[in-house]
Order: sequence, then C-alpha cells, then structure tokens
Amino acid sequence: MAKGRVGVNEERCKSCGLCVAACPMKVLRISDKINKKGYRPVEQFKEGCIACRMCAITCPDVVLEVFRLEDDKACNA
Amino acid sequence: MGKRFLMKGNEALAEAAIHAGCKYFFGYPITPQNEIPEYMSKKLPEIGGVYLQAESEVAAVNMIFGAAGTGKRVMTSSSSPGISLMSEGISYIAGAELPCVLMNVMRGGPGLGGILPSQSDYFQATRGGGHGDYRLLVLAPSTVQEAVDLTMLAFDLAEKYRNPVMVLADGFMGQMMEAVEFKETRAEGLPDPAEWAVGYMKQRGSRALIKSLYLDPEELEAHNWKLQAKYAQMAQHEKRFECYLMDDAEILIAAYGTVARIARTAINELRSEGVKVGLFRPITLFPFPYEPLENLPASVRQVLTVEMSCGQMVEDVRLAVGKERPVSMYGRVGGMTPSVDEIKDQVRKALGR
Amino acid sequence: MKETKIFEKPKSMIDVTTHYCPGCTHGVAHRLVAEVIDELQIQERTVAVAPVGCSVFLYNYINVDSYEAAHGRAPAVASACKRLLPDSVVFSYQGDGDLASIGMAEIVHAANRGEKITVIFINNAIYGMTGGQMAPTTLVGQKATTCPLGRDPKLAGYPIRMCEMLATLQAPAYITRVSVAKPKYTIKAKEALTKAFQTQIEGKGFSFVEILSTCPTNWGMRPVDATNWLEEHMMPEFPLGVFKTPE
Repeated sequence: MAKGRVGVNEERCKSCGLCVAACPMKVLRISDKINKKGYRPVEQFKEGCIACRMCAITCPDVVLEVFRLEDDKACNA
Repeated sequence: MGKRFLMKGNEALAEAAIHAGCKYFFGYPITPQNEIPEYMSKKLPEIGGVYLQAESEVAAVNMIFGAAGTGKRVMTSSSSPGISLMSEGISYIAGAELPCVLMNVMRGGPGLGGILPSQSDYFQATRGGGHGDYRLLVLAPSTVQEAVDLTMLAFDLAEKYRNPVMVLADGFMGQMMEAVEFKETRAEGLPDPAEWAVGYMKQRGSRALIKSLYLDPEELEAHNWKLQAKYAQMAQHEKRFECYLMDDAEILIAAYGTVARIARTAINELRSEGVKVGLFRPITLFPFPYEPLENLPASVRQVLTVEMSCGQMVEDVRLAVGKERPVSMYGRVGGMTPSVDEIKDQVRKALGR
Repeated sequence: MKETKIFEKPKSMIDVTTHYCPGCTHGVAHRLVAEVIDELQIQERTVAVAPVGCSVFLYNYINVDSYEAAHGRAPAVASACKRLLPDSVVFSYQGDGDLASIGMAEIVHAANRGEKITVIFINNAIYGMTGGQMAPTTLVGQKATTCPLGRDPKLAGYPIRMCEMLATLQAPAYITRVSVAKPKYTIKAKEALTKAFQTQIEGKGFSFVEILSTCPTNWGMRPVDATNWLEEHMMPEFPLGVFKTPE
C-alpha cells in the first residue's frame, strides 16, 4: 500500500472536520492549536497515510496538500 | 447633401444604430417600437451580428449587461412599461459602468396605460429610473432626422463615459415617416475596451471584473463619488439645446421632442400675428441645460412649458427660471397631443390677449 | 525517501481564505471548477457569471474574466456574452434561490435556446446568504426561518426538481445531478463538470450540472452531520444521475 503524508495550510483551516471523517485510515484529527481566525486546524497525528487524497477532495477550503512517499530504492525495483 | 431615404422613424432609429457600428441587439416586443427589433432581426444576421429576442424585458436588459461587458456596441429598445421592467438592470449597467444605448419610444402610462405617444417617462429617464444614485445620459430628438443623428451620437457618448445612454423618443417619432440621411461620424479617442472588458484576459494579462457590488461602505461611497464626477463631466461637456426666436421674445415656450416641433409651428404662426414668442428646446434632458433659462433675455417675462405629461420637465424649468418670472405648464396626456391651436391659445391666455 | 505532491490548489484558484462558513461545500464546487479550468487549459478564455447569494464572491476565488449578475439573471448575462464571444467558455454559477426561484424564466429560456453555456446549479435546499429562509428546493417538512414548522406543501408547494424539468426540453445537450457531500460523490461531480465544459467547448450546446450541497450553518448541523443528512434526505428527493447526454 502506498505511503503518504498530508500537508496542512493551518491558517486556511476552519475545523469543519470533513477531512477527519473522510480519512479511511483515521490519521487526521482536529488539533489543539488555534489559528488567526480562531479555528483549530486539522493535523495528521500519526503514521499510516496511504495518499488516497480523500481528505483533500472533501476539504472545502483547499487546506490540504497530499504527498506520496516512495523509497529511493523503489525507483530501481 | 448625402443620399436621403424615406423611412419610418423606428426603422430609421435601427438603421442609425447599425450605421454607428452596433451589431448586437437584445429586446422584447412592445408597442409602439416593434419595428426596431423587427428591422434588427432582419439586418443584423446579414452583417454577422446577433439579434436575440429575450424571454422578457428583464432578460433583455441583462443580456445587454452581458453583451456590453464585452465592450462591443450593443443596444435594446422598448417602450415605457418595458423600460420600467428594465430599470433594475439599467441600474446594474450604470453601477458597473458599461456602455450601451437604450431606446424608449414612450407611450402613455401609468400601469399598462395605452399605446399612443407620451412624454410621461421624463422623471424616470432623467432621474435614473432604478435604485441608487445613478444617471443616464438622455437624448431627446424632435424629428426623425435628429433621432438618427442622436442615436449615432449616443453610441459615442456611451463609450466615452462608459455609461448607458437613453434615446428618449415618443410614439409619434417611431411611427411617422420622414426623409433621413445617415451621416458617417465617429468620435475619435474613445477608450479601448481591451482595457476593461471581458474577453481580453490573454492580451491584457489580467482578468476583467464586471460588477456593481461593494460591500465595504467606504469603497461604495468612493464608487458613488466617482460616478458623480463622471456625471459632472457630462454636465460640463455634453449639454445640448436649441433656442429659437428667443432674443426678443416676450414669452418663451419650453418643450422637447415632438411637442417642441408642434410648438415651433405655433410660434411661427403667432409670430406672423405679431406675438413675440420663442422656443427653448433641451436636446439633452440629462444633463439638463439649465443655463439658458437661468440667463433669459430681459424681454422674456414668462415661460410656458408644454409637455405630453402632467408636468414633469416643468420642474427642471422652474428650477432654472427661478421665482422672478412665472412658469406655467400645459399638458396633454394618455396619448392625447397638444395641437398647434391649443398651444397658440395657451400663449394668448398667458399674455392676457 | 522521495516526496511527490499529488494534490495541490489549482492554479486558477486565487490564494485566499473564502468567506464561506466551516464545512460549506461551495468551496468544494469552486475548487472542482478551477481544477477543470486548469486541466482543460481554458483559464484565459473562460468567463464566469456569479449570482446573488452566498456565491456572489465567486470571482474572488476563481481568477477568470467575471461578471456579477443581478439576482437570477446569470443565464441571460451568460447567453449574451457567449453569443458575442463564441470562442470563450462561459459558465454561470447559481444557487437554488437564484436559479430556481427568481431566475426561473432565465434558466428555462437559456436552456430552451440551447445556449452554448455551462450552468452550475448549487442546490442546498435553503437560502444561505439571507439567513436560512425557505428555498424552492426546501424539502417537505424541512424547517427554515420562513417555514419554522417545516415546509408545508399545502402552503408552499413541493421542492422543484430542476434537472427533471429542464430535461423535458429538446435543446439542452447535457443535464446531470451530482453531489459534493462526500469524496465518492465529489469524484463523480468533477467528471460531470469536465463533461459539461467539454460539451460547451465542442459546440454541442447547453450543459447543466446540479450539485447537491450542504449548508451546515442554516441547516443547524455540524458539517459531518450535514453530509449525512444530505445523503439520507436530499438524495431520495433529488436522485443523482444523468438526465440528458450529448449525442
């Protein structure tokens, strides 16, 4: 299974939680931080992201970027 | 003199627009202006233009909004109740500073009123008509030839000021036939639509935004003062009027459009009887040419306004003349027209003869 | 470890925070439109017509030539623009109050003329901007500030199904209803938007994409609950599907 990582633009997040519900691996949660607009931005709090993009597809505020992680070696395989 | 054509007023108005480079017309049928869209529906496809009959005046004026946003020469025509329906859209067009030409071939009101000629939309035309602080530039022709000339001028003025211009005609002018000439004129140095219109994003490197919404009150106030400054420019540069036999006149008739033409005949007949009567005829109703009435010759002792309304332009006349001279009003309404004899009687009555 | 970015903000989307409430799916629909504009490489010839309502500021978020139309009149504005600029790609973006109430005449006639424009219809069954009043698409029994006891069909009729109605017309080329409530629907919504824009670009005629959306604030629900409510209550009333497809 692919490995991934979620990048969060914290200032854009409105804590709606749609991405948390959409994540099949349950690696996202609303954090304890507070952004300038007073919202608690989402965070990836554990490993296990599979780069499926469901969080970003459902996010209404283009808060999230998704990265696929590959071992350098995998390129040679 | 160039080639002259015998044409019905409405068709001459339409042909004048085409001569001015207008290739796009959106409208909805209403009497007594139907010859304009009918003429356009035949001619515009022949020259690669667009004629589109809208589902309503409301849609038509919003099509004008969309078309004018491309910076091309566009127009619609209607008659009084139709102009009322368009007034919301006209306000948006004025707010978004789009150039276009609107024709109102006026008929009697209020409500559905009638279909015969009237001048009862003076307030609506000169005070904007819709919501908000905005003005149209309003041109009031008196003959079919002048309707042709002013229609062509209207397109230049609309572009120059990026503002809707209304040609305020009446059912007489629309329905009568006269010989007309189409003079090829086009103002120079008009703004380039590529600077502001949609459709030039690639060329300009930035997008166009056609809008009238400013939720920030400071921005909206600034936008309003910008519009007012534009109207002040119009007032400075665009006032047009005609004075006829005014210099030695004892009594002055103030009239516009078809009524001014009737008044002129009455004046000629009264002059032959030795009555010193003159005519003041505004050609732009907004901006209204107040100055000639503010500086009347000493001979003028009173002013008689004649209108096909219950008294609308007379308010501007009173504003200009002031309290030193009496201003009276004679009006016929509902499609009734003041006759030459009626005007002569009114003049004699005013002079106590 | 090598990182490859596989999801980012579309290029034609302006880099600002939207004014939308948390969880409002207008933002998803905006992003999909921007993604399609990027993928079809039509940014410089696209013209957006924004409505009156929550999405009036569409032009603050998508960087294309834009009009802001009067309430309900976007299809008339779009029709004329497209007729004068046939090479442009013109779309209107309208809510349910704008399109299905005050603008009913304009949408029906633009569709009936087969205008080569794309209409994106956001149906969230409520008036958002004005604060949660009853919309023409409000469900029977659904509460709103102007039907506090729930929509009563004896008083206010039934929710209007726009896709079904427009599909009775001969001229429209593509009519579909999608949703952006959950990722599985959103993926299909993007396919529909792509097809709608392609229908226009290929000159096949009028395309109409109804998007079932949430309004958590005015529905009085948390965003995730709103997506579930949409599935459970709106989808039976407004079934997803393709109602007309270009030949």
